[in-house]
Amino acid sequence: MSIESLKLLGDWDIWKQLLEGMLVTVELTVSLLGVGLVLGVIVALGQVYGPRPIAMLMSAYERFFRAMPILVLLIVLNYGIAFAADIYNVSWLRLPTFAVAVMAFGLHSSAYQSQIFRGAILAIKPGQLLAARALGMTRLQTMRYIVLPQALRLAIPGWSNEYSGVLKDTSFVFAIGVTELTRKGWQIIQNTREVFLVFIVIALIYLLLTYLGTWLLELAERFWGVPGLTGQRREEHGRVI
Amino acid sequence: MAVSSKTIVRVEDLHKRYGAEEVLKGVSFTVRQGEALAIIGPSGTGKSTLLRCINRLTEPDRGRIWLEDIEITSPHTDINKIRQQIGFVFQDFNLFAHLTALDNVRLGLLKVKKLSKKEATERAMHELARVGLADQAHKYPAQLSGGQQQRVSIARALAMDPKLMLFDEPTSALDPELIGEVLQVMQQLAEEGMTMIVVTHEMGFARSVCDEVIFMEKGVIVEQGPPEQVFLHPQQPRTQQFLSKISELYGGTNL
Repeated sequence: MSIESLKLLGDWDIWKQLLEGMLVTVELTVSLLGVGLVLGVIVALGQVYGPRPIAMLMSAYERFFRAMPILVLLIVLNYGIAFAADIYNVSWLRLPTFAVAVMAFGLHSSAYQSQIFRGAILAIKPGQLLAARALGMTRLQTMRYIVLPQALRLAIPGWSNEYSGVLKDTSFVFAIGVTELTRKGWQIIQNTREVFLVFIVIALIYLLLTYLGTWLLELAERFWGVPGLTGQRREEHGRVI
Repeated sequence: MAVSSKTIVRVEDLHKRYGAEEVLKGVSFTVRQGEALAIIGPSGTGKSTLLRCINRLTEPDRGRIWLEDIEITSPHTDINKIRQQIGFVFQDFNLFAHLTALDNVRLGLLKVKKLSKKEATERAMHELARVGLADQAHKYPAQLSGGQQQRVSIARALAMDPKLMLFDEPTSALDPELIGEVLQVMQQLAEEGMTMIVVTHEMGFARSVCDEVIFMEKGVIVEQGPPEQVFLHPQQPRTQQFLSKISELYGGTNL
């Protein structure tokens, strides 16, 4: 890298390509976290409140997807779905690779997220559940109005960790031909040979995205914060130690 | 208010076992409308289990319970319907931590009784005023004292218009100077004619507020009668022993 190479930073076309890649990375991250959130909550509720067979099934699911390397999952799912679409000749199964990526990452992330939610659910004092049932609430109402609002709040710090993790893992989608931020970087490098510079810019973009996302989640934590349940604990701890 | 002759609760031969330990060994009694019944006795003798069996938060192994003429213990009974009619106050309050005092009281009205938001809010504020906490409606449980939390939990139960209130050691988790405010609310309730069963170690309350006292030990009712009889002329040696130990502990002032 020389002073000359910095001229590259003035090339609008390169920024446009990086921005396109960044957009794919963000879209993929948001979608996979959404899929993982819904499935993760269901798995966690099943593990904690389900009858034994359901709880075991959920645990098997969670272990399986936590054990799978994301690269393997991506490739197997991509080929598997395409193969099934071919032999059964089902046209709607010919999914775009982006959708396959959301599915693979979503399943993977749901397994991790389920454990964030399981921990959050178990942090709720069971006495509150007794109180809800004593009012005449059904099991489902108790989950909906007592467990979920508290568990989701308690899960935000762990969830922020999951966000920053998967954000960077999304670069694996190059394996099934989706071009996101890192892949775009490679393509730019092939034309410019500026390995160092391009990767420094990419690193800064990931830093920015991580910062932005975790900051938003911190705002959410504060916005939905409840005295004695979440947030504001920093001050309490600070007074003691 | 006078106790009527109408029976609100009937408990018949209740049994409950946890593993090898039989906690309830055949308990029977009735509570009439407007009656305040105190259940006293040493810890770990099945008093709380008995209370929880009445709204089936704990499933009894054997025996039957009726609320007026509906059999609570029947498998055909919709237990959620029954529970709406039985208020339960816990030893450690069990307020919903993510909701303000107002929302704690309002939740059951909105989601179980399906009241409109306006009706539910009015009713909840009325109940909070009744326990002297209208000005604390927007505080979260963690911002309230133990005594205030317990009064919110009483308001939460009252808002459902219960036919019966169950109190499970409502003052045992409180600092001594906060006990009075909770007992006062309960006394007011009893005077207004609420039917209630109170598991308690507050002998003064049992004696001066309740119409009937049950002394329980090791899963059976040892002695039962009006407070003057049980406290002043206990028939069973075990009751005498328990009461003299308690009066020793509190210097006799409580009795």
